[in-house]
Amino acid sequence: MTDPIITPELVKEHGLTPDEYQHIRAILGRDPSYTELGIFSVMWSEHCSYKSTRPLLKQFPTRSSRILVGAGEENAGIIDIGDGLAIAFKMESHNHPSAVEPFQGAATGVGGIIRDIFTMGARPVCAMNSLRFGEITSPESRRLFRGVVAGIAHYGNCFGIPTIAGEVDFDSTYQGNPLVNAFCLGVLRHDQIARGAAKGVGNPVFYVGPATGRDGLAGAAFASQDLTEESAEQQRGAVQVGDPFMEKLVLEACLELLATDAVAGIQDMGAAGLTCSTCETAARAGTGIEIDLSKVPQRAPNMTPYEIMLSESQERMLIIVQRGREAEVQRIFDKWDLPWALIGHVTDTGHMVVKNHGQIVVDIPAKQIADESPVYHREFREPAYLPEVRAFTLRDVPDTQDPVADLKILMACPTIASKNWVYRQYDHMVRNGSTVCPGSDAAVIRIKTDSLPAGGLANVASGDKKSGLREKYLALTVDGNGIYVYLDPYEGSKIAVAEAARNLTCSGAVPLGVTDNLNFGSPLNPEIMFQLRKSIEGLAEACRAFHTPVTGGNVSLYNQSPEGAIDPTPTVGMVGLIEKSEHITTQWFKDDGDVILLLGDLVEKRDPLHGLGGSAYLKRIRDTKNGTPPLCDLEKEKAVQSAARACIQAGLVKSAHDCREGGFAVALAACCISQQIARGTPRLIGAQVELPASSRLDALLFGEAQSRIVVSCAPGNVDPILSRASHMGVTAAIVGRVGGDAFSIKIDARTWSWSVSDLHDLWWNSIARAMQ
Amino acid sequence: MNFAVLQFPGSNCDQDCVHVLANVLGQPTQLLWHKEESLGNADAVIVPGGFSYGDYLRTGAIARFSPVLRAVREFAAAGGLVLGICNGFQILCEAGLLPGALVRNRSLQFRCEHVHLGAVHYDSPFTRAIPPGKLMRIPVAHGEGCYFADAETLARMKANGQVLWQYVNAQGHPVSEANPNGSVENIAGICNEKRNVAGLMPHPERASEDILGSADGRHILSSMIQTP
Repeated sequence: MTDPIITPELVKEHGLTPDEYQHIRAILGRDPSYTELGIFSVMWSEHCSYKSTRPLLKQFPTRSSRILVGAGEENAGIIDIGDGLAIAFKMESHNHPSAVEPFQGAATGVGGIIRDIFTMGARPVCAMNSLRFGEITSPESRRLFRGVVAGIAHYGNCFGIPTIAGEVDFDSTYQGNPLVNAFCLGVLRHDQIARGAAKGVGNPVFYVGPATGRDGLAGAAFASQDLTEESAEQQRGAVQVGDPFMEKLVLEACLELLATDAVAGIQDMGAAGLTCSTCETAARAGTGIEIDLSKVPQRAPNMTPYEIMLSESQERMLIIVQRGREAEVQRIFDKWDLPWALIGHVTDTGHMVVKNHGQIVVDIPAKQIADESPVYHREFREPAYLPEVRAFTLRDVPDTQDPVADLKILMACPTIASKNWVYRQYDHMVRNGSTVCPGSDAAVIRIKTDSLPAGGLANVASGDKKSGLREKYLALTVDGNGIYVYLDPYEGSKIAVAEAARNLTCSGAVPLGVTDNLNFGSPLNPEIMFQLRKSIEGLAEACRAFHTPVTGGNVSLYNQSPEGAIDPTPTVGMVGLIEKSEHITTQWFKDDGDVILLLGDLVEKRDPLHGLGGSAYLKRIRDTKNGTPPLCDLEKEKAVQSAARACIQAGLVKSAHDCREGGFAVALAACCISQQIARGTPRLIGAQVELPASSRLDALLFGEAQSRIVVSCAPGNVDPILSRASHMGVTAAIVGRVGGDAFSIKIDARTWSWSVSDLHDLWWNSIARAMQ
Repeated sequence: MNFAVLQFPGSNCDQDCVHVLANVLGQPTQLLWHKEESLGNADAVIVPGGFSYGDYLRTGAIARFSPVLRAVREFAAAGGLVLGICNGFQILCEAGLLPGALVRNRSLQFRCEHVHLGAVHYDSPFTRAIPPGKLMRIPVAHGEGCYFADAETLARMKANGQVLWQYVNAQGHPVSEANPNGSVENIAGICNEKRNVAGLMPHPERASEDILGSADGRHILSSMIQTP
């Protein structure tokens, strides 16, 4: 079989520009081979190289005293959580594959992010995800939604990782271009951090995992293009097929192997497969690497070097082993019945050399391909729609005529409704750590001795409490609101971070760090580059304010179909630490007679739209996506969160819940109905709320002003809470009392009332009904 | 009491069982790799949840042929206590150590949620420590937990008092709304005729500590520890 001749057309088909091609020729000092062309095409794809965003991403804060491995250094960042323990976490997108094949696309998204975490030497202990689909009324959206959720469940459940939190949103902007952002977190000791570096000249290079097939060919390049009508047919071969059982074996074998210190370097084969893992490990170590493709296990006959190098077959790892320790490696892989092969060795040439049956097919300087991809400072221009939405006023929007009906509509709308149809399909309790399950502001997971990779599985001591570590708790959330970011990329992105921090605060946690996933349209469109620039500025500003460095993440561009680009959707995964179990707090009201307070201002007077801009109320009730999003004053936000945390840590608070989509009325209603005891057994509790009148009733009830937290407490704790808040410069007021079986709001002489069981039925069952 | 927790390559609740038995209930506990041919000094065996060998074919279909399961068969035949949880229950049914079968949930979806569980009979080594009438709050997490047995088998099991647990509502009644998977007669767990082998779909090990919201599962595991 002879390789195709390299023509300008072939170069273009590989997504490389003529300039980039000349750059390749300059690096090599000759024309590339066909396989080399393929390698450059994936390594320099947007997905792998971040060529349009790298200069912008430098704005993110990436350091704090807790950061052990920073963003971009390795496959995932690592944060110190005290007592010699650390966490590795990251979020990554699988949008394009999920659009084409939702089940496998989402499943392999989960598999890929799990590998990124255990590659760092950490034991993966929980997962979450952020999903976006078109409106649930569309059969196509429901097909994608059903498939994606089933795919995540399939992979995570079998692998044995609790999928403990997430968010799902529905908007016509995502029609045909769903977003699937998968997050994983792992735990390890400081001394267990593994590196993706090909260290030690002469060290053998092992391939572990299933054989390489033709699946997922050049998936990274596919993810760096627009989705088209033909994508489904043409690109199905670019979607990989996942095997969670195999991944579980690979995980356990790798952790057991890492415990032996026979490993010099380790990297998963994710995007760009064998190509990326070989040249990146060599580039990090400043070494070279040489492999022979005839030794790579192959699933299909007659695979070409091009296909083997670009395959994205799943569950494969590249492991660089200390010379002389090969037997240990083989023993462990054999114990787990895993396929493995010795495929090459580390060299001192600085080159990535690939042979096939002894013949050299690739010879590229590793550092140049991994680190010297092109960088583009793309043109940007303020989108034409922005002045229009900024000019929006409430003048032509009539105030609510029927708050009772409007609240019911909002509670049942799929963005606000309970996501139990989703998370009941995920095993969210395996590993015995799920302290707060999905359904509260943030999930909380317990970190205990067996959360660590230590010692492998075989030698967990029996009944040995002495070796146990002091249990810690982590809170996790993922947040993002595409409408806000569309309407104001800077403010909307700040809100994503502020809301994530607020969710963690409500659960009793101190925020530690962030992983972000930037989902945008094509960077070749200057208006989209503007959204991207402003969004990154906003995220960076808010991350600095909360002292939550970005430890890593993912940029997914070209999220557009012929109908246009998606709303810009940065999603923010944030992790916080709770030192003591008594600080763990949930959102639901607890006891009759408790007092309800609001921390923060009921109405943000500085916002001319009173929090209604971009709100769920405007979208669902008034059918408009317009205005400027709520104002996000980071200093005020921090003060409110600090006050809430201080009250929680002082043991004054029984529940805490943030106000977000749907506003104050939705937040209060959720506090009444969101505790689930068991199947078919919610715990419902009423509340009587009384508010001062304001110029607009819709803004008071459904406005989405930021920096607001609803707390409840025993009557005796009201004064200490009010005085703490006042001391910290935060507005706080009594707004009502918990009890009874109705939720009511009284303003002046008018009272609106809802049966909590009606609200619960609308909120709990609406997605299941839509999916029937 | 010495516990052995079996470990298939795809087990994923093995650590959870070890944690509860060893750290919460203070019992000497060891993991037993699926290639082992002897149970050592075990007084009781737990077959934990997970996906034994991936279970792509059918849950437990391959595990029944594993070396360690041969040892479990002999152990059970000699009267040893064996409890299968979730995938462990599926494996024990596949292996013929328990009657009936577990098929796909009627919803065709994986289901993970807390259920209310009621004991039907208290005269077994798996239920004797449960306070009479106790409504236990315990999670399920499975895609194939719909228990099925033909009418004749079911009648025999009921006559022998082999149905140990049922899914019930908050009032303790086995109504269809309380049933997460479509199991016949809301059956959540059963035992063999000799009453030394039992299986259930709910996970008592996930409900054995207050920090996880329920410690009701300890009643089941503690039943095994009580000396008869």
